[in-house]
Amino acid sequence: MTIVFYLLAALTLAGALAAFLLRHLIHAALAVTVSFAGLALLFLSLDAQFAGFAQILIYIGAVAILVVFAILLTRADIPKEGVFSRSWLVGLIIAAGVFAVLGWAVLESIGGIPQQNLAPAISVHDIGSALVGRYVLPLEIVALLLTSATIGAVIVAMHEREGGK
Amino acid sequence: MQEAITFAPLTAPSSIARILWLIPALPMFAAGIIAFLKQPHRKVSAALAIGSLFISLLLSLVAFAHVLAGWSHHSAVRETVNFTWFRFGSSTVDLGWVLDPLAAIMIVMVCFVGLLIFIYSTGYMAHDENFTRFFCFLSLFAGAMLGVVIANSILLLFMCWELVGLTSYLLIGFWYQKPSAAAAAKKAFLTTRVGDIFFLLGIVWLFAQTGTLLFYDSGAGSLEASALASLVTQHAAFGLTATGAIGLLIFAGAAGKSGQLPLHVWLPDAMEGPTPVSALIHAATMVAAGVYLVARVYPLISAGAPAVHASVPLGNNSTSTTAALIVVTWVGAITAVFAALIAVAQDDIKRILAYSTISQLGYMMAGLGLGGVAVGMFHLITHAFFKALLFLGAGSVIHGCHEEQDVRRMGGLRVDMPLTFATYAVGMLALCGFPFVFSGFWSKDGILEAAHQSGAIQGPFYLLAFGALLTAFYMTRQVSYVFFGHWRGHAHAHESPRVMTIPLAILAFFAVALGAIGTPAWPWFRAFLNGIPAKFALSGFSEPGLWLLILTSSVIVFLGLGFGWRLYGNKSPKPETPDVLEASVPWLWTPLRHRLYVDEFYGATFIAFYYWWARVADWLDRRLWGGIVGLVAWLFGLWAQLNRLLDTYWVDGAFDKTCEEISSGGGLLARVESGRVQGYLRYLAVGVVVLAAILLWSFRP
Amino acid sequence: MTAFPSPLAGYLLVAALLFAIGLAGALVRRNAILVLIGIELMLNAANLNLIAFWRYGPNPQLLTGLMFAIFSIAVAAAEAAVGLGLVISIYRHAHTTDLDHISRMKG
Repeated sequence: MTIVFYLLAALTLAGALAAFLLRHLIHAALAVTVSFAGLALLFLSLDAQFAGFAQILIYIGAVAILVVFAILLTRADIPKEGVFSRSWLVGLIIAAGVFAVLGWAVLESIGGIPQQNLAPAISVHDIGSALVGRYVLPLEIVALLLTSATIGAVIVAMHEREGGK
Repeated sequence: MQEAITFAPLTAPSSIARILWLIPALPMFAAGIIAFLKQPHRKVSAALAIGSLFISLLLSLVAFAHVLAGWSHHSAVRETVNFTWFRFGSSTVDLGWVLDPLAAIMIVMVCFVGLLIFIYSTGYMAHDENFTRFFCFLSLFAGAMLGVVIANSILLLFMCWELVGLTSYLLIGFWYQKPSAAAAAKKAFLTTRVGDIFFLLGIVWLFAQTGTLLFYDSGAGSLEASALASLVTQHAAFGLTATGAIGLLIFAGAAGKSGQLPLHVWLPDAMEGPTPVSALIHAATMVAAGVYLVARVYPLISAGAPAVHASVPLGNNSTSTTAALIVVTWVGAITAVFAALIAVAQDDIKRILAYSTISQLGYMMAGLGLGGVAVGMFHLITHAFFKALLFLGAGSVIHGCHEEQDVRRMGGLRVDMPLTFATYAVGMLALCGFPFVFSGFWSKDGILEAAHQSGAIQGPFYLLAFGALLTAFYMTRQVSYVFFGHWRGHAHAHESPRVMTIPLAILAFFAVALGAIGTPAWPWFRAFLNGIPAKFALSGFSEPGLWLLILTSSVIVFLGLGFGWRLYGNKSPKPETPDVLEASVPWLWTPLRHRLYVDEFYGATFIAFYYWWARVADWLDRRLWGGIVGLVAWLFGLWAQLNRLLDTYWVDGAFDKTCEEISSGGGLLARVESGRVQGYLRYLAVGVVVLAAILLWSFRP
Repeated sequence: MTAFPSPLAGYLLVAALLFAIGLAGALVRRNAILVLIGIELMLNAANLNLIAFWRYGPNPQLLTGLMFAIFSIAVAAAEAAVGLGLVISIYRHAHTTDLDHISRMKG
């Protein structure tokens, strides 16, 4: 394992941790953006260039912006009881349990997985023809999903303004 | 001597016999109708009662004429009409009526005397507000008494007997607001009830042995030859035959109704009723019903005697008799003297007559026992007339003296109430047995003669003779106090209205005239009853010993009259001064005055026992049974408490606890639904972790 | 630097850790938006898993892992949009985004 890997991993994990330990929401949103970037670089190191750029475009370019907009629109003050839930230890334990199980699974079974280290020779052309070839159905369905999600989000956020107050 | 002509029996029912049931039924119907009338309808009720009894009288006269015609044609009339009331198993309950000389004479007497008394009552009860009720009861009584007379079935007789007792109770207690009247009615009913129990036992025994309830049933009746023959051979206790025992049981019932010792105590108290009631019921008819009953079952009582008494002509020296008849005779004789003694010391005009009635009933019973049916019945008939006359006369006196009943406050009434005095004197002399002219002489003489000729038992003769002496004595005392001397009362006395004095006159006539049918010269009555021809022959007077007997009884009567007149005649002592006898022999007077303490004796023994028993029963009931019931109730209460506790704590508690647990369990479970998204996420995560762990664990190499 | 048993194991462990952190954040913080951020992180961790298995597994020319990851990214974007729209509308009702206070679905 190269040093790059360790650095990128550290960056990603630090960003994630910071997102949940910082008090202000905006700081948390920016930290998670750093985490997204780290993940994109990890994808690049795995020779999945398309996925890496897609991650940057979509996650950093859209999701993070969305989150920031949402934070700005809701304007929550820091609650007086603190930012952490009353029973935060339980949540922590659960998460630790999850990590324990996953880690244990990985370490136990990694020996049985055949691995090859050659970088695959993939071009964008291959991805494109796979999209309209083998995966055309998921493509269409995802298109539909995106359409309905867009309309739905607009409706959910819009009706309240017209009807409700 | 009479010829021994046997009469041919005539048993086929004639037309009058068929409608004989109307005779008791008509007054009963009248009573039923009167019962629905309201009080103000006096004339209607009186008319109904008198009218129905008058029609019954006509019918009974027709029946009597029929029997008379049969007798004069030498037939022994005994017509029966029987019918079955209901069956059970192989036995039947039969009812029916009979028409024979005994019944014919009786119904004529009852209807006639009853009718006269009904007419008298319209005057006597004119001022009473319960006039209608009085005639209803009177009518019912008349119907029931006639039913007793013509009954051929002993059950029908008993039913009418009880009805007679009921109406007697109702009439004695007619003025029920008076406590003494109510008590007297109750006493009468209970005392006669004691007799009736024995009567019922006799009925049941007779029915059980003979299998029939009918007296005469074409040879199969209980008083006919075959039944008697079988009964005579059976033996009961005390050396009696079955006939004797049954006869004595029936006599016990008669003794209650006819006031024989020791069941006489109700008769004097029964004077609380209105005087017509006393005249009709307690002189002429109801008390005679007992004598009539003994006469009716005479074949039963006398069965087993070697010579049958019923057909003994006058002068027969037969001395055979049965044990039952001996008992009847002695009871009658003792009663006669006992009552006569008490009558000497009484001061109430009606009470003297009541004890006189008891005494004369004793005579009748003794006559039946000694001389047979004819002797006893003749005295019954004559006594009915002159005793009714005496009672009605007493009623007239009471009415005229403004409801005064104490003889010591009367006097000199022969001037103010001449008609009453004349008729009363006739009745009094008839009762005493004044020789030759009056019917009482002949009837009493017949009894004395039978007593004298009874051979072995001479005791009754002396008792009866002594009783005759006493009778003359106390009647003289009474008449002297009431009619002679001077007036000792308050207001002025007045004569009674005609509606009351005319019946007195009629009765007085018969008190004299009836003697004619019983003289030795023409013993028509005896012949009629016994079914033998009767001829008028003065040779009848030449019986041996007859004139001695007539002389003896005459002497006795004159002795009594003279002694009484000497002590009481024309003197009118003040009510406060003691009686002559009381002053001279107080040790004799006081017990007689207190009625020889019979009532006190009963009170101390039977009544006292009964009250003690009632107290014991009350104690048992309240303490013992009440206590037990209370205990059981308390135990149940305890049990109920226990159940309540169990229910509250165990059952309810368990149930409630379960529900609480479920509820709290639900509450616990509901905490999962906190509404908080993060909570749900946690559960999800836990679930996924667990599942993943299981999955991964199972896929280990 | 200790060597992991294999490079694949390294990527998988990083993904697992990222997943656990995302889960912890979603479970622990009060704010609704941070819960959504946590969910996005979890999705990203899964994407990392997919890419790593595509790279080191047999038959990478089938592009299975890559395609799956791309579609996952698209879906995650759509879901983030809808979810944040929901958060905004809830904020308009309850005037708060504190998840401890939004418990009307209780019971």
